[in-house]
Amino acid sequence: MGVKVIEKGLLTSIQDKGRFGYAQLGVSQGGAMDRYSAKIANLLVGNEAFKAVMEVTLLGPLLEFTKDAFIVLVGIEANIRLNGNEISLLKPFKVKKGDRLHIKQITKGARLYLAIFGGFQTEVRLESRSQFYPVTKASSIQKGELIPISENEGLKLVDFASVKYKNKELTSSVIEVFKGPEWDQVPSVLQEQILSTELTISKNNSRMAYQLQEQFPNTLAGMLSQPVLPGTVQFTPDGNLIILMRDSQTTGGYPRIFQLTEDSINVLAQKRQGDSLQLKLIDED
Amino acid sequence: MNIDKLQFTQFGNRAILILWEDKMDVNILSEILYVKKNIEEIKLKEIVEVNNTYNSLIINYVFAINNIYDEISVLKDLLKKANIDKIYEGSKYILPVCYHEKFSLDLEEVCAQKKLEVEEFISTHTTPIYTLYFMGFLPGFLYLGGLPKSLQISRKKTPRLRVEKGSVGIGEKQTGIYPQISAGGWQIIGNCPLTLFDASLKKPTLFSAGDQIKFKAVSLEEHQDILNKIEWGKYQFEKVKEWE
Repeated sequence: MGVKVIEKGLLTSIQDKGRFGYAQLGVSQGGAMDRYSAKIANLLVGNEAFKAVMEVTLLGPLLEFTKDAFIVLVGIEANIRLNGNEISLLKPFKVKKGDRLHIKQITKGARLYLAIFGGFQTEVRLESRSQFYPVTKASSIQKGELIPISENEGLKLVDFASVKYKNKELTSSVIEVFKGPEWDQVPSVLQEQILSTELTISKNNSRMAYQLQEQFPNTLAGMLSQPVLPGTVQFTPDGNLIILMRDSQTTGGYPRIFQLTEDSINVLAQKRQGDSLQLKLIDED
Repeated sequence: MNIDKLQFTQFGNRAILILWEDKMDVNILSEILYVKKNIEEIKLKEIVEVNNTYNSLIINYVFAINNIYDEISVLKDLLKKANIDKIYEGSKYILPVCYHEKFSLDLEEVCAQKKLEVEEFISTHTTPIYTLYFMGFLPGFLYLGGLPKSLQISRKKTPRLRVEKGSVGIGEKQTGIYPQISAGGWQIIGNCPLTLFDASLKKPTLFSAGDQIKFKAVSLEEHQDILNKIEWGKYQFEKVKEWE
């Protein structure tokens, strides 16, 4: 019993808070790209903050419920239909067996979260349900798949008023960063140039990394592979800036010039190709 | 322990890096693994994960670190007092590699560039005892150091979009095995039939940093035979107590 995938959408996956403690095996942290929205979605249906939710990217799936359930959709702005009728974000509601939910399109932001009371009950691998091949069998949900959900539909009363969704902060174009380990090797003229340029998300953006369109001359020396994290900004020899995201590798050989704050990773996860951003160095003194 | 020569630095507000000299060296690795073990055994207030590369150690925190400078001095104090004397010696494994042209897509070109006969290449690649420095890039990808200078070669100019599972590659001073199908830029010189990473197991990989690995050449038939054994659950990794 669960949610049947009629159409899978562009890139739809089950995500929780990801894997911590497996970097030594080369396994990335993973988890919801915008952890903040995923958490709000869980709280709105009365779940703990990081139960497994469904992460939808730009064009969403068409789903059919094979049992009653209590759900909510959280994102910035989207066009969603339940049996053809328009559905609002951030308002939890009950669906009945046979109902069809169509998350047609995300119209603002890039990702949306569907939370269900009790959470999605897909297989746990290395302490997480987050989809990531080859830790899980696939990196996304598949057409025809039946995604198990909790048997208990429990309709807990949630104090919705206490859960506030800060969508203004989430659409900010300012991305806050710390200096990365190799930042001091960047010549100061170039430091200023990178920090003062309005940057653009390129078409190469995924759960692994966001590459930016702008290029800068890179004269930094090569280095041995070093640890990297979600939110690490790499500066490649051909002058590109690559911001690693949740499914990033655990090590990399390019200079790490910035490290995004956790909040900024969430903000970036809501950006799409062509969106602009401005890096802002956090003053630590 | 003496930690004066180590450099501690912050990496965002959820991680601390400890840096050693910028080189690939087994003595540095054993120091790193020693510090790593100490940190894993020390009772820090926060939950952390520790991971290493050739010359650095990262300590990841689940939550933002309140005051990074305080945390660094806490770490330093704990490490100064640390006295674990048992260093991980590393297990020793022999891994089969088939150098047949079916798998070794770049072997001919590598040999031409390095002015080696294929036979010479194979005997040179199967002679050293390699050290597993760390896993990274892909789940279970082994970064092996100890490649003889005569085999060291730069990565391919344009990475392949698809490298097969088990492909054995060379990139600069390193050699390693692709545990799954992936894009990749290393020169492919053979194939190892073993499954190096299986997330359905409680322990998805046998290996850990500090292990020692030696390759042994197998024929195409032997390679297939090992694949069959694995499929029937009848293959045992070849582990040795001491190198001969």
